[in-house]
Amino acid sequence: MSARVRNVRAADLEQVAAIDREITRLPKPEYWAQIYRRYGSGRRQQRFFLVAEASGRIEGFVIGEVRDWEFGSPRCGWVFALSVRPGARLAGVGSRLLEAICRGFRRLGVTRVRTMLARDNQLILSFFRSQGMMAAPYIPLELELD
Amino acid sequence: MKLQKNTLFALYSVLESASHPGRQLSAGEIARKYRISPHHLAKVLHTLAQAGVVESVRGVGGGYRFSGNAKRLTLLDVIGLFEHLDAPARGAPARARGRAAGTGVERAIGTVLAEIDAMAEATLRSISVATLLKLMARQQRV
Repeated sequence: MSARVRNVRAADLEQVAAIDREITRLPKPEYWAQIYRRYGSGRRQQRFFLVAEASGRIEGFVIGEVRDWEFGSPRCGWVFALSVRPGARLAGVGSRLLEAICRGFRRLGVTRVRTMLARDNQLILSFFRSQGMMAAPYIPLELELD
Repeated sequence: MKLQKNTLFALYSVLESASHPGRQLSAGEIARKYRISPHHLAKVLHTLAQAGVVESVRGVGGGYRFSGNAKRLTLLDVIGLFEHLDAPARGAPARARGRAAGTGVERAIGTVLAEIDAMAEATLRSISVATLLKLMARQQRV
């Protein structure tokens, strides 16, 4: 059955957190409650928290927002989480979630979307590449603090 | 990451054959298109056939056709058939390649070159043949 993409609801949060836990092996209940408050409830404005639902089950989710002048960049859409339940992969769920959030970004006048990934995460890196994403003109840097 | 000629010829052959699935291409046909020696290309195609990336079809009208999985086969998979991917940062002085070896300057340069190689490798590992064919199609539309 084809998944339907819609805005997240409070009742979805447990399944969203379970998908994340299945993938990352790290339970983060407080984090998900906070993310829901920030992206999934109230006036969402430039924020998106969408889920893909099939047969009453949440198969995946995508979270992102429009940011202005971050890192000196003109207004663009940022996708900072996109996950699909391992058992529901290879069925186009991720593509539909990305298409849906991009539609939301376009409605807000945004013409560019970005994300950032761990370079050893081949699965998700390959997914975004297959969707046409290319290297951005930015380089992420980090420093170990003593 | 500087690729050897053989590696580039292999990438041309893989993408050329994958963009015409089911069709047999002769080594001469590919060689003419990319202005390379058919003799040289034949060796490259032989390696690709041994790896199961292309299939050699004998007889009249024979040639090579793509036999890999375009969605799964990455550019790094093809490159890995022709290059030593576990080799340390190319271009680094021999002594700078070992983390513990060399002077402070050599180690620091080696670290930066290794960083560049790691990024290049991650990029090549994330791009499948199917993704590159899509990119080609997009570029042709522009």
